[in-house]
Amino acid sequence: MATIRIPTPLRKLTQGKEEVTAQGATVGALIASLETQYPGIKERICDDSGQVRRFVNIFANDEDIRFLKNLETPVKDTDEISIVPAIAGG
Amino acid sequence: MSTTKPQTRSYVEGLRCRECGKSYDKAPVHVCEFCFGPLEVAYDYAAIGKVLTRAVIESRPDTMWRYAELLPIDGPPAVGQATGMTPLVRADRLAKRLGLAEVWVKNDAVSFPTLSFKDRVVSVAVSKAIEFGIGTVACASTGNLANATAAQAAAAGLPSVILIPYDLEAAKVIGTSIYGARVIGVKGTYDDVNRLCSEIAGKYGWGFVNVNLRPFYAEGSKSYAYEIAEQLGWRLPAHIVVPMAGGSLVTKVGKAFGEFEKLGLVAAPARKTRIHGAQGAGCAPIVDMVLENREQVRPVKTPTGVAKSLAIGNPADGFYSRQTIIGSGGWAAKPDDAEIVAAMRLLAETEGIFAETAGGVTLGAAIRLIKGGQIGKDDGPVVISVTGNGMKTQDPLVETLPKPELIGPRLSDFDSLHATWT
Repeated sequence: MATIRIPTPLRKLTQGKEEVTAQGATVGALIASLETQYPGIKERICDDSGQVRRFVNIFANDEDIRFLKNLETPVKDTDEISIVPAIAGG
Repeated sequence: MSTTKPQTRSYVEGLRCRECGKSYDKAPVHVCEFCFGPLEVAYDYAAIGKVLTRAVIESRPDTMWRYAELLPIDGPPAVGQATGMTPLVRADRLAKRLGLAEVWVKNDAVSFPTLSFKDRVVSVAVSKAIEFGIGTVACASTGNLANATAAQAAAAGLPSVILIPYDLEAAKVIGTSIYGARVIGVKGTYDDVNRLCSEIAGKYGWGFVNVNLRPFYAEGSKSYAYEIAEQLGWRLPAHIVVPMAGGSLVTKVGKAFGEFEKLGLVAAPARKTRIHGAQGAGCAPIVDMVLENREQVRPVKTPTGVAKSLAIGNPADGFYSRQTIIGSGGWAAKPDDAEIVAAMRLLAETEGIFAETAGGVTLGAAIRLIKGGQIGKDDGPVVISVTGNGMKTQDPLVETLPKPELIGPRLSDFDSLHATWT
């Protein structure tokens, strides 16, 4: 199962856990699997149309998924996925 | 001494999510916990309007704190008391070269204490950190912010942790280390540094000026625009060209002009100030959003070019920067390195102002916008934003500028040289 790093604003939904694991062949499938474990988390990450929210960055093994295949980015069991708030810096 | 005391109460109501409108108390938080949108400081403008007049502002010391009611700290500033009110220079020689009637340069190359506009944001952020009782301040930086944070932390007696990309200009590294800061070079781009800082900020409880203190920090930029309006004789310019990295400054310029209008400190101009954005061609994600009419940021993975201070490939305020620019009727441009260096020289040779590479980007963009017809000759005052000092970014000039002419110490040596001058 892939490891997912959870940012502070979402940890209330993961019982305070910084890292969780989930099953899925793509980033999108992982998020769907997260939702079954932690109901309510998907709507925090994705907007009504199912796309990643404007101010959320998702990294697959340190690569921004916008440089890969977005939610279709394939995921292996050894991968680490990070969800990071986009608003910082500048 | 001032005849009118600075404010003794805060006009900040709290923080509000710019995306979904959810309200938060004043705290070192920067992201809406529901939608991840940026949190903005909310002010009680009705109350500010009752106390803040031109006469009150003019009676105060020549610093950014003359606009204290519109800045988000709750008492007198703990650091940066002398920051702000840099010169707005009427640039007639430059105007002639550009073919414009009226050009002004807002010169934060001489900002106190570290020669960039980042002194403004950090004065607010470090003062705010002290109000919150935070013991260590930190930042992710492309250089200027590193200098400002390290200096103001030292002035406040606080330890600082500064994270920078490992390949920054030497002057910007030395100009940080000198203050006793702990400087960490990260093997990666600014965006890698920034992401790391987001994770550190959540874990260590430090005051990252541009992460968890960001809503307060960013407000400091508004003073740059307030000063322009006041220095123009309480009027707004027809155009302003603003450099963009993360894009925060351009949004705050728009906000500041809007606030002055709302408070009646300036008359509403016949046509809204057109706010133009500038980035170097080697890293122009926000300019590309404007030029390609696209709402989403397409990050630049590997920024290149001489304007390292603007090399943010994944700008946090990209979305709102574009909105500010388009909403004002402005446009955007991305000069290449040769244009940037040529513009730095033009500004120095015509006005005696040595701006950093980002200033070359701004002027280079202005030249493109004039050629493109977005800035017209007789539109009214055009402001070129210089936000940093050229002494910090000399590398790209070394090979471009003429070397000193070498002679012996005798008058005949000089005479021989002089005879060759044309």
